[in-house]
Amino acid sequence: MSLFLIAALPFLGAVFPALLIRAGRNAAASAAGLTTFLALMGLLIHIPSVMRGDVVTARFDWIPRLGLNANFMLDGLGFLFALLILVIGLLIILYARFYLSREDPMGQFYTYLLLFQGAMVGIVLSDNILLLIVFWELTSLSSFLLIGYWKHLPDGRQGARMALAVTGSGGLAMIAGMLILGNIVGSYDLSVILQNKALIQASPYYLPALILILLGAFTKSAQFPFHFWLPHAMAAPTPVSAYLHSATMVKAGLFLMARMWPVLAGTDAWFYIVATTGLITMLLGAVIALFKDDLKALLAFSTVSHLGLITMLLGFGTKIAAVAAIFHIINHATFKAALFMTAGIVDHETGTRNLKRLGGLRHLMPITFTIGTIAALSMAGLPPLNGFLSKEMMLEETVHTTWLHSHYLVPGLALLAALFSAAYSFRFVSHVFLGAQREDYPTHPHDPPVGLWLAPALLVVLVVLIGLNSAALVGPLIAVVTSAVIGGEKLPYYSLKLWHGFTPALYMSVVATLGGLFLLALHKRGEQVWNALPRPEAKVIFEAIIDALTRLSRWITDEMHNGVLSRYAIIFVAFTVGLGYYAYSTGTIGVETRVPLPAQIIPIIGWICLVGATLGIMWFHRNRLLSLVLIGVVGLIVSVAFNYLSAPDLALTQISVEVVTMILLLLSLNFLPTETPWDSSAARRWRDAAISVIAGLGTGALVYAMMMRDFAFPTISEFHLANSYKGGGGTNVVNVILVDFRGFDTFGEIIVLGIAALIIFALTESVLSTNVRSYLLNRKPHWPQSGDSHPLMMVVATRVMMPIALMVGAYIFFRGHNQPGGGFIAGLIVAIAYLMQYMASGYTWAIERQRFYYHGTIGWGVLIAAATGLGAWFNERPFLTSDFGYLHWPPLEEFEWATAMLFDTGVFLAVLGAVMLALDSLSRFAWQPGMAQEFPMDINPLRDSPPEQEQEKEQA
Amino acid sequence: MNHWIVAPIVLPAILAPFSIMVLRYHLDLQRIFSVAGVVALLGIALTITAQASGGDIQVYELGDWPAPFGIVMVLDRMSAMMVLLTALLALPIVLYAIASGWDDRGKHFHALFHFQLMGVCGAFLTGDAFNLFVFFEVLLIASYGLMTHGGGAVRLKAGVQYVAYNLLGSTLFLFALGTIYGVTGTLNMADIATRVAEIPAEDTALLRVGAVLLLLVFCIKAAVLPLHFWLPASYANAPMPVAALFAIMTKVGAYSILRMFTLAFGPDVAATEGLAGEWLQPAALVTLAVGTIGILGSKHIARMVAFCAIASMGTLLIAISQFTPDATAAALYYVFHSTLATALLFLVADLVMARRGGAIAPTPPMPQSGLVSALFFVGAIAMAGMPPLSGFIGKLLVLDASRDASDATMVWAVILISSFVTIIGLARAGTLIFWKSHDTQAVPIEMPAENEAAPEPVAPEPQPGLAFTAVFGAVAGLILLTLFAGPALEYTSQTAEQLFAPENYISAVLGGAE
Repeated sequence: MSLFLIAALPFLGAVFPALLIRAGRNAAASAAGLTTFLALMGLLIHIPSVMRGDVVTARFDWIPRLGLNANFMLDGLGFLFALLILVIGLLIILYARFYLSREDPMGQFYTYLLLFQGAMVGIVLSDNILLLIVFWELTSLSSFLLIGYWKHLPDGRQGARMALAVTGSGGLAMIAGMLILGNIVGSYDLSVILQNKALIQASPYYLPALILILLGAFTKSAQFPFHFWLPHAMAAPTPVSAYLHSATMVKAGLFLMARMWPVLAGTDAWFYIVATTGLITMLLGAVIALFKDDLKALLAFSTVSHLGLITMLLGFGTKIAAVAAIFHIINHATFKAALFMTAGIVDHETGTRNLKRLGGLRHLMPITFTIGTIAALSMAGLPPLNGFLSKEMMLEETVHTTWLHSHYLVPGLALLAALFSAAYSFRFVSHVFLGAQREDYPTHPHDPPVGLWLAPALLVVLVVLIGLNSAALVGPLIAVVTSAVIGGEKLPYYSLKLWHGFTPALYMSVVATLGGLFLLALHKRGEQVWNALPRPEAKVIFEAIIDALTRLSRWITDEMHNGVLSRYAIIFVAFTVGLGYYAYSTGTIGVETRVPLPAQIIPIIGWICLVGATLGIMWFHRNRLLSLVLIGVVGLIVSVAFNYLSAPDLALTQISVEVVTMILLLLSLNFLPTETPWDSSAARRWRDAAISVIAGLGTGALVYAMMMRDFAFPTISEFHLANSYKGGGGTNVVNVILVDFRGFDTFGEIIVLGIAALIIFALTESVLSTNVRSYLLNRKPHWPQSGDSHPLMMVVATRVMMPIALMVGAYIFFRGHNQPGGGFIAGLIVAIAYLMQYMASGYTWAIERQRFYYHGTIGWGVLIAAATGLGAWFNERPFLTSDFGYLHWPPLEEFEWATAMLFDTGVFLAVLGAVMLALDSLSRFAWQPGMAQEFPMDINPLRDSPPEQEQEKEQA
Repeated sequence: MNHWIVAPIVLPAILAPFSIMVLRYHLDLQRIFSVAGVVALLGIALTITAQASGGDIQVYELGDWPAPFGIVMVLDRMSAMMVLLTALLALPIVLYAIASGWDDRGKHFHALFHFQLMGVCGAFLTGDAFNLFVFFEVLLIASYGLMTHGGGAVRLKAGVQYVAYNLLGSTLFLFALGTIYGVTGTLNMADIATRVAEIPAEDTALLRVGAVLLLLVFCIKAAVLPLHFWLPASYANAPMPVAALFAIMTKVGAYSILRMFTLAFGPDVAATEGLAGEWLQPAALVTLAVGTIGILGSKHIARMVAFCAIASMGTLLIAISQFTPDATAAALYYVFHSTLATALLFLVADLVMARRGGAIAPTPPMPQSGLVSALFFVGAIAMAGMPPLSGFIGKLLVLDASRDASDATMVWAVILISSFVTIIGLARAGTLIFWKSHDTQAVPIEMPAENEAAPEPVAPEPQPGLAFTAVFGAVAGLILLTLFAGPALEYTSQTAEQLFAPENYISAVLGGAE
C-alpha cells in the first residue's frame, strides 16, 4: 500500500465514527477499528522490503519553493513506530469500546483518536522535516482534544491546555530548529539531511539547531523540566492515557531523537544535554512515582522515568546504547500499555484509582491480577520478562559511561532510579492486588468482560514471549531498526539473552530489586517524610503563571486601548510629526527658487481674521454654537482667499459648501447640549496644545517650503491647460478636469457624497427606532422657542427667491464647462433653494409637497454619471471618454454639446440628492406629533380666519 | 477594447444605486441582486486574474486621456489577486449576512456593501495616487455606514472614534499627496516613480517627507502600531459580518505599502532610502506582540478576534517590511490566508454571540455547540498558524524568508513566541466558551444578565443552514489555499518578481501601451 494511503487512512477514516455513531456504538468502533486495521495491513505488506533494509518512499511535491513536500519514507525505525502505533491503536479501540460509558460521546472519541493516530503515523513516516512538524503539531492539537475529552471536568480542561501549551511551544521551538537545520544542509528532506553529519556538526548553527530541536523532543517526551504536563494529561479517559503515554505521543520525542541521531548525536553537546536530561528525568520520575497514590499518576510518573531512561540511552551516543534504547521502546510500549489498561480496569470495576482505598483484589479479580502483575514485574525489570532484558542493557551501558570524568555518577544514579522503579512497580502489585481483602470498595469488584481484558492480555503475552525468546521474536526487527537509527553503519555486537553471566549489570539488577522490596517495606515511613517535604505543585504554578499572564495582558491591553480618542489622536500626531521630521532631516533641502511677494493689506486682514477665528474656536469650543459661528468665519475667509487668489470655481464651491454644512450643523446642534463638558485636566490640555502647536508649525513649515520652491519637474497641469479646449471642449479648465480629465475621481467623490447621505439616513432610522425617540419627543429646547416659527416675511422672501435661486443654479450649471460653475456648485445652489423652503415653512409642510424622494435623486445621479461613462464603450473607447460637438438649430445661435454635460448632470443630481437627504434625515429628529400644519406660515393672509378663531371653532 | 479591468468598479457602482432606487423596499430582491452581484464580481475577478497571470501588465486609460495626464487603471498580478481575494471574501460574507439576518437590522446594507467592494477593488486597481485617495474615501465612507449598521449606543460610540481617527488619516493622505505633487508635479504612480528616480540628490527632503507621510497613511489602514488604535473597538463592535469584510480593509493598507514602496519609493531608490524598512520592521514586530497580548487579554470574543486581526497584520508587515522578493511572495500568500482566517473567526464569533453572547466566560451550553466549537477550533488553528492549515505554511514562509534579515533572531523569536501566546489565548477562550459550559459546577444556573447590558439582539437566525454553509465556505477557502499552496506560492512568487521589476509597470503605463 502506498505510504500516502497509510498516512492518510486514519484521517479519512476519522470522518466515519463521528457520523456512524448514530448507527450505534459498535458501528463507530468497528469503523475506527477497520480503518486502523487497513492501515496496519498496508504497513505489514512492506515487511519484506523493510527487513531487507530497503527504504520505501513516496514523494509528492507540495510546496517546492518552500521545500515543504509530502515525502514519506518507511525504514526500520519508521516501521517499528508505525507498527507500535497501529497495533496498540487497534487494541485501544477494542478496549475503549468497552471502557467508555453510555453517556460519553463515543463517535467523537474515535474521531479524535483516529486523527491522533494519523498524526503519529505521519510523524514516523515523514521524509521531510517540515512535513514532520506538520504532523508533530497535529499530535499536539489532537491530543488536546483527547485529553480534554471529558470537557465537564476541570482537570480535563486544564490538563488539555497544559499539554497543548507545553508540547505546542516545544513544537514552535522545533520549527525554528528545523528551519536552521534545513538551512545548513540546503534541503528539508531527511534522506538528504541524514547524509550530512559532518556538514551539520561543523556548522556554527549546530548548537542552536540542536537545542531548539531538543526542546521540541523534550517537551513532547516529558523530559525534565517539561515533564509536568504528562501526569495532568491523565485526566483523560484511560484508553487515551494508555495510548498517548505508552506507545505514541510521548514516544514521538524519542522517535525524533532516534531519527536525528545519525547527524546530531556524537558530540559533547548532545551527550551532556540529552544524557543528563534523561538521567535526571529517569530518577525524578521514579522517585515521584513511588509516592503517588493515584494509580494513573503512579504510572504517569513511571512513564516519565522510563522516557528519561530511553532519552539517556540515546544521549550516550554509542551504537550499543542505541540498540538498548530501541529495545526498551518496544518493551516499554508493551508493558506500559498493559499497565494503563489494567489501571483502567481497576478504576472501572472498583470505582476508584486511589491506592489507599485499594488492595486485596487478587481473589476478586484474578485475571486482572495476573495481567497487571506480569506487566508490573516487567516494568520492575525482573527476569524472564522483557523489561529485564532492556534494563540490563541500560545498566550495562551506564557502567561504561563517564560524566565529567566521574565513573560512578551515571551508574550510581541509574541504579538508584532502577531501585525506585522496582519499588513503585512492586507497590503497584502489592497495594492493588495483595494484602487483605477490604470491605469498603466503592463498588463490588469483579473481573471485567473479555472485551476489556483481552487487549492487555495480548500485550502481556508479548511481554512474556519477548522476554523468553527475544532474539527470535524481535531480534531481526531490532537489527533493522538500529541500523536505521545509527545511519546504516555497521551494527555493534550485542546479544539479546536473559543470561550474560555475572556482569556488573546483573549485580546492579539484584541490588535494585532487593532495594525496591526494601523501599516498599519502608513505604509508610517514606511517605511521611515525602509529604513533609515542600514540593512545587506544577499545576498550581502553571495555572498561576497563565493567570498572571492573562491578567497582565488584560491590563496592558485595556490600559493601552482605553478608548480615549484624544490620546489616540495625540499619539498619531506625535508619531507623524516625529517621522516627518526624521524624513526631512535625513534628506537635503534644495535652494529656494521663488521670491516671496510683499505682504499686502487685504491678505493680512484675512490672515488675522483666520488666525483669530481659529484661536477663538480653541478658546470657546465648549460653547458649541459660538464655535460653529467661528468655523463659519474660517470657511468664509477661505472662500474669499480662493477668490482673491483667482480661483473662482473653488471659491464658489467653498462658499456653497459652507452654507449647506452650516445649516446641517445648526440642525444637529438642536439635539445636542449647548456646552461640551470638561473632561480633561489642565496639564493634559497644555500637553495636547504643545503637541498640536508643533504639528501645526510643522505643517506650516512644510507648506512654506513647498511654496518657496518650483516643481522639480514640469507638472501635468500644463497638459490640462493646453488640452482643455482642444480635447475637452471647455475653456474652464477646472471644470474640464472635474468632468473629463479626472472624471473618474469625480465619479468616486459623488458616490462618497451619496453614501454619506445614505448613512445619515440609515443612522437616523436606527436611532429613531430605539428608545431615543421618546427622549426626543419629551425634549425641552435649550432656548425658548420663537413664537413666530414660520414668519410671514421669511416665507414670502424665500418663495420669491426660489425661482431666482433655481435660475441661478441652472445658469451656473450650463456655463460650467466654459466659465466658473458646474454641476457640483449648481447642485449645492439648488439644494439651498429647497433648504430655504424647509426653513421658512417647516419640515412637515415641505415634506408633504415633495414630489420625488431623495434616494432616487442620488441613485439617478450616480447612474447617469455611470451611464455616460459606459456610453463610451459603444464607441470602442474607455470608460468616461467624453465627446463634444457643435449644433446649430435655427433660429438659435450655434451651441456646443458635450457628453461631459450629461456627466455633470449626474454630479448635479447626486449632490442635490445627498444634501437634501441629509437635511431630511436630520429634520426628522425634530418631528413631534401635531406639528403638521395646513398653512405655509403662521399668519397667513389666505386663511379665512385667524388661528385663534379656528381653535375656538374646533373646540366648539 | 478590453474593459474587464474597470468592471470590478463599475459593476458595484451601478448595482448599489440600483438597489437604493428600485429595490429600496424589497429586501428579498436586494438580497438576490446583491448575491448575484458578488458572484458576477467573482467571475470578473477570475477573468482578470487569468488575464494577469501571464505576466502582461494591462493599462486602462479612463476618459482616453494618456497617462500621466488622465487616470489609469493598471492590472498586474498583484492587483488581480487582490481583487480576486476581495470577491472570494465577499461571497461567504454576503451569504452569512443574509442568513443571519444582519442585513435586516438597518438600512441599505447591500448598497453599502457593494459600495465598499467598489472602493476596495478601485484601490487595488488604480494606477493614480490621487485616485487611490478617492477610492480610500469611498471604501472608508462605506465602512462608516457598515460599521454602524444596526445602531446601538456602544456601536455608535465606537463608530464615532473610527470615523474621527480615519478622518485624521484622510487629512494626512491629502498632505502627503500635496507634498508629493508639490515636488514631482504629477499624480500618476508610474510617473511619480520615474521622477523620484531622477530627483537631484540635493533636493530630497520634501519628497522624503511626502513619502513618509504616505507610508503613515497606509500604516493607519494596515493597523501598524502605534497607529492601530482605531481598530480594536470598531472591529469588536461592528456587526460581525462587517468586521469579517473589514479583514480586507487592513489589507488595502498593506497592498498600498507594497505598491508604492516597490514602484516609486523602492528599496533601491536613493532619494527615499531608509524610509520604509527601517522603522516598519520594528513597528511590525511590536504590532504582532501587542496583537498577541490583546488576544490573551480579551474578555470578549469579538475583541479577541479584533486583536487576532492586528496580530496577523503584524506578521504580514514583518514580511512586507523586508522588501525582498522572497519575503514579498511570503507576504502575498499570507495576505490570502490572513484575510480568510480573520473573516472566518469573525463569522464564528457571530455564531457564538448570537447563541450565548460573546463573553469569554462559562455560560449554559448553547445550541449547536458541537458544530460551532468545531468551526472555532478550525479558525483558531488557522489563526494561530498551527498545522495543517495555511496559517502554518504562511508562518513558515515568513520565517524562512526573514532568515537573512539583519535581525532574524529577533523576528523569529517574536513570531514564534507570539504563536505560543496565541495558542494559549485561543485555547483558553475555546475551553471557557465551549467546554466549561458543560461543567455544571462552573456554570451559573441563571443567566446573570439582569442588570448587564443586553448582548447582541439574540435573535434566532432565520436560516442557520445557510449561515453554516457560508462559514464552511470560508473554511473551504483555507483548505484549498493549503492544498494548493504550491501553485499559490508560485503565483505570489511571480507577483513578487513583477513588483521588484517596476520598469515593466512604468513602461506599460507611460509607454503608451494599449
